[in-house]
Amino acid sequence: MLQLENLKKSYIEPNGHVLPVLDIPSFQVEAGEQMVLLGQSGCGKSTLLHVIAGISGPDSGSVLLDGHDMGALSEAGRDRYRAAKLGYVFQTFNLLAGFSALENVLLGMTFARRRYNVKRAEQLLDRVGLTERSHHKPAALSVGEQQRVAVARALANQPSLLLADEPTANVDPANQQTVIDLIRESCREENIAMILVTHSMEVADQFDRVDRLEEINTLSTKTASRS
Amino acid sequence: MSLWKIAWRSIQQRGLASALTALSMALGVLLVVAVLSIHGVVAQSFNSTSLGYNLIIGAKGGKLQLTLNTVYYLSQPVENIPYEYYLEFTEGGERRRALGHSIRAHVHDAQWDAIDTASLLGTDGLGGILVGESLRAAHADELDLERRGKFGQFSEIAVPLCLGDYFGQFRVVGTTPDMLNKLKYGPYGDKAYAFSQGRNFEHWNTEHGYFEAVVGATVAREMNVILGQNISPAHGDPERGGEVHATQFTVVGILKPTGTPNDRAVFINMEGFYLMEDHVKPLPEGEGEGTGFADIPGGFAEAGEEHGHHGHEHGPQEPLPVEQREVTAILLRTVASNPFIGVTLPTTINEGSVAQCVLPIREITNLFSFIVAPIQAALLGITALVCLVSGISILVSIYNSMSDRKHEIAVMRALGAGRGTVMAVILFESILLSVGGGMIGWIGAHSLMCVPAISDRVEQQTGVPIGFTSFAPPIENLELLGLGPLIGSVPPELLLIPALLLLAVSVGFLPAMAAYRTDVAKSLGS
Repeated sequence: MLQLENLKKSYIEPNGHVLPVLDIPSFQVEAGEQMVLLGQSGCGKSTLLHVIAGISGPDSGSVLLDGHDMGALSEAGRDRYRAAKLGYVFQTFNLLAGFSALENVLLGMTFARRRYNVKRAEQLLDRVGLTERSHHKPAALSVGEQQRVAVARALANQPSLLLADEPTANVDPANQQTVIDLIRESCREENIAMILVTHSMEVADQFDRVDRLEEINTLSTKTASRS
Repeated sequence: MSLWKIAWRSIQQRGLASALTALSMALGVLLVVAVLSIHGVVAQSFNSTSLGYNLIIGAKGGKLQLTLNTVYYLSQPVENIPYEYYLEFTEGGERRRALGHSIRAHVHDAQWDAIDTASLLGTDGLGGILVGESLRAAHADELDLERRGKFGQFSEIAVPLCLGDYFGQFRVVGTTPDMLNKLKYGPYGDKAYAFSQGRNFEHWNTEHGYFEAVVGATVAREMNVILGQNISPAHGDPERGGEVHATQFTVVGILKPTGTPNDRAVFINMEGFYLMEDHVKPLPEGEGEGTGFADIPGGFAEAGEEHGHHGHEHGPQEPLPVEQREVTAILLRTVASNPFIGVTLPTTINEGSVAQCVLPIREITNLFSFIVAPIQAALLGITALVCLVSGISILVSIYNSMSDRKHEIAVMRALGAGRGTVMAVILFESILLSVGGGMIGWIGAHSLMCVPAISDRVEQQTGVPIGFTSFAPPIENLELLGLGPLIGSVPPELLLIPALLLLAVSVGFLPAMAAYRTDVAKSLGS
């Protein structure tokens, strides 16, 4: 489902030096597979997610998602593909403050150029237990509720792959497991593959597949100074 | 969810700043609509005042001054022309009747009465009488008493005006009852003058003699004039030391508002006007002497003095002789059967040495085109600048918010929004603020037109009714602003919509580009 081949990514620092971040000979995730990606801070985990999502283009190599090479698409093509095939759960939720919980879920459908399906959005909010809070704006929601809205939004377009970047980092311990269970259960129900980035071994231990970025990235942590 | 809704949510998110920027645009558009409406009212007012007659005849001099004096009762009074020249625009009967009160008619009659007496004494019989009548007629011809007015056949209506007196700040117009009986006004020249109280003044009646007056609606309101009140005109501008005449005129009518300058005028019987002191044209030395006319009661030479103590116990009094009369202007409507008369007659009159003839419509149009329109174009330009400044405030408002919104834009991009999409959201935001603010301004301006205190006053002052649905008419001189005749023919308020859209896109472009260029990866991490 997702296949990275000879992926290289580097940044140009303000002083003009080229800073290599990623050099991944090969990396694969199967359809519906749920895995954890571990790595030290600054090892390039977020950069890898950005490249997979098409937010950043790779310097070289290929990112094949459902057989389509993201690297070969134009930026607009990557945007469309991202909207349709990828769900993204951020560490800081990144809900839009001016929109209600329901509208935040509908936003994802808007950008995928789909006729937005209010019923599905309401079902998703129901699945994450926020039916009663669907018309509240993020500021009126608790941190845990905000992350649940973010999960619903990531699932709105029935993506092939869900990227979760430390989704429990800002959630209180009592709600962390709820969020993880919610993401895993939802992905399982809709056969969505998932890459979950975390520092928590407690979370990682719940997954069958746990990869360390340092192991798949030949540059390792010695040169990767930013994520 | 539509991009418009996303833009609207963003505006709501920055409620106060958005409201203030929309308000500034609303005020700008309100000013533009106000200026356009004022332009429309002024244009309509200009267009509706001069109908009812198509030519003005007056003393040679400035055409514009004659027009301003005669149509608008503005500017300093112009010179006068002989009353006999006015009679040239009347038919034979009226001319003959008028000349019946001339000195030379009386001289003629006196001379022939003497001849008749001598003839009877000489007993020449019937043949002698016929010869005498023939000679009398020939003598009358010689004295220019019998013929029709030279331009009488071209005149449908000729109304003389005598100006120079004031009542308070308002002009007094000495004229004939025809002024209010026969002339029409309004955009189509079809409205007859109507009275809110009373009636038109009469040429003469037993109750008030020659001394009746009618006041315009504004005069009645401003000067608290009531029916039956006696008013005394002042000779010359009272602010420049004009002295109040002792002669009093009784107000017998108050005009309904017409929206023309006649609302601001007092109309008095011309015969009474001539009988006031200082209104007698001095005769050349020796003329009229020995005719015995000075003995006529209320006679011509001493007319002013005779009426200086004027009460209202009038008997039939002798009007001022034709030779001692002058008129300031003649309002002339030429016969409709020959439209070329309106073109050829002015040339004929202007080639003569007595008077000039002006086409008031042409003078008013010139005045409007060369003086009023450029001022209004300048005002329009200034208000357009106000809108531009409001537009820039929208630019500043949105642009300043961009640094706070980079993260939001990056999130939208991460959710799949393309660069064009986020750019469109910002442009829509600018359009909503500009057009929304503009609509509020438009509604505000038109709502003001519904306020009775404003609409009633405008209608009273100009005769132009205004209301919520009053649209400013096309501005003919938009070329002055560098706009072509095509745009100039479109109602300017309709131009506001594309203008606001253009402004919105222009001012929204810079922040939209900032959104377009947002580095998603960098901003997501911020």
